[in-house]
Amino acid sequence: MSQIKPYLGNVEKNLELHEAEINKAISEKCDLIVFPELSLTGYYLRDLVSEVSIRLNSPFIKIFENYSESIAIIIGFVLEDENHNFFNAAAYFENGLLKHIHKKVYLPNYTMFEESRYLASGSEFVSFDILGQKSGILICEDALHLSSLYVYSLQGVKNIIIISNSPARGINKDNFYSQELWYNSIKFIATNMTVNTVFVNRVGVEDGITFWGGSICINSLGEIVARCDLINESNTIAVIEESVIRRSRINSPFYRDEDLSVVKNYLQRVGLL
Amino acid sequence: MNLNYKLVTDILINFIREETEKVGLKNLVIGLSGGIDSALVAVLALKAVGRERLFAYTLPYKSSSKESVEDAELLSKTFGINLQLIDITPYAEAFFNTVKVDSKLRMGNVMARMRMVTLFDVSSKHQGIVLGTSNKTELLLGYGTWYGDLASAINPIGDLYKTQVWELSSYLGIPDRLIEKKPTADLWEGQTDENELGFSYRDVDRLLYFMVDERRSRDELIGIGFSGDFISKISEMVRRNQFKRRLPVIAKISHRTIDKDFMYSRDWGY
Repeated sequence: MSQIKPYLGNVEKNLELHEAEINKAISEKCDLIVFPELSLTGYYLRDLVSEVSIRLNSPFIKIFENYSESIAIIIGFVLEDENHNFFNAAAYFENGLLKHIHKKVYLPNYTMFEESRYLASGSEFVSFDILGQKSGILICEDALHLSSLYVYSLQGVKNIIIISNSPARGINKDNFYSQELWYNSIKFIATNMTVNTVFVNRVGVEDGITFWGGSICINSLGEIVARCDLINESNTIAVIEESVIRRSRINSPFYRDEDLSVVKNYLQRVGLL
Repeated sequence: MNLNYKLVTDILINFIREETEKVGLKNLVIGLSGGIDSALVAVLALKAVGRERLFAYTLPYKSSSKESVEDAELLSKTFGINLQLIDITPYAEAFFNTVKVDSKLRMGNVMARMRMVTLFDVSSKHQGIVLGTSNKTELLLGYGTWYGDLASAINPIGDLYKTQVWELSSYLGIPDRLIEKKPTADLWEGQTDENELGFSYRDVDRLLYFMVDERRSRDELIGIGFSGDFISKISEMVRRNQFKRRLPVIAKISHRTIDKDFMYSRDWGY
């Protein structure tokens, strides 16, 4: 879990940051390194979106493919498709190849957020294998919606990887809103989908907005496996085990008992099916 | 309204350090009025960058109260802040005489702007940036001089109400004398903010908090116990002063107008 502080709109410098972290993770014998949302570009891009975007034939993709001979990698970046749509995207690299792309579906566009002004939204949540285990990627706001979780759960994922750029806001007496919201959501996802859940959030300040970090891994039993500092750059290693998922699904077989016909009946009743 | 001041301190110290260093600057410049807002920002800045890199100035005019300078000195002595005094009287007076400034309000605004000119000038000498010291209450009410004390490069306390400024100051160990004194712009003798505004900071902060932060409706605010007149008066002050919180309005001609469709963050490239 690499809790970095990207430079805003400087892909070259961010690449150096990624390379340093990847090399560190390789030397620690990690299997997978996860970077935050938009790790290659920074967050408040606005009109920089089209300047920092990357096509799938970009040399940057090749660089990460090469590193993925030694370690699996998840990065966040701006993807430009052949129709010149720009997406807030995540890429998964393994064994020398770009294996999966997720395009953020739920772009927040309220209060301090203005993502759908500048970006196109994705439309699906497709599971894929991370080192042989079925997994799903969620980009920040994606994880706060029920459809994403439901669709991934139906596909039988064992791991949910959330990459995030969550700003600290709503500070109150004991805690702050964004941390409460995220830690509650992550724990809910982990325990109710009975999946191992990894949340990697960035740090740093952009135009007065502090990204709070606090990256965390919670296993399917609801236990905190690893956690990074608040506010400061840091990284940590989380050990994720399949056996924990087995135990949690014996204890609490929510996954087994989930009944898709409930949704089907609803869709029929309202005339959508 | 009550905050986790440990966390707020961490966020603000990190904010000051990052927003200064990442643009390639090291030093910070601040004007110390003797009041609590600038005292708080100075202490946060000190914690962020250390005393070698913080340059504080007290900038009295001849009518400023002696207490203001003394309180700035007390703060500097307590925390070991590098403080210098520049008397703005000679150049402020030259201005008043040349331009024939004859009202208290205009004189007050000119003094605030003379201080601004001074701080921005010395910031160039120190290769530093000027810290803002306007709190959320003042910014919402427009209780400050446009391009005077409202001018700055970064403002650590602009999202804290006056009440929260007092509480954070107390948490950071700023002398009670500065926290307990009556807030004043010190533009003329005997001036206090609360007399001039006609209400107390604690009352208006409570109203602003429910109105702005919690987006309560007028009916809800009345239900909470605020008078209709007070709500109307404050809402109107907030609305009327919106211009002070924005860049100058630019007439649109092209496809890409600054701040309308030429949209970049301040931290572009950093």
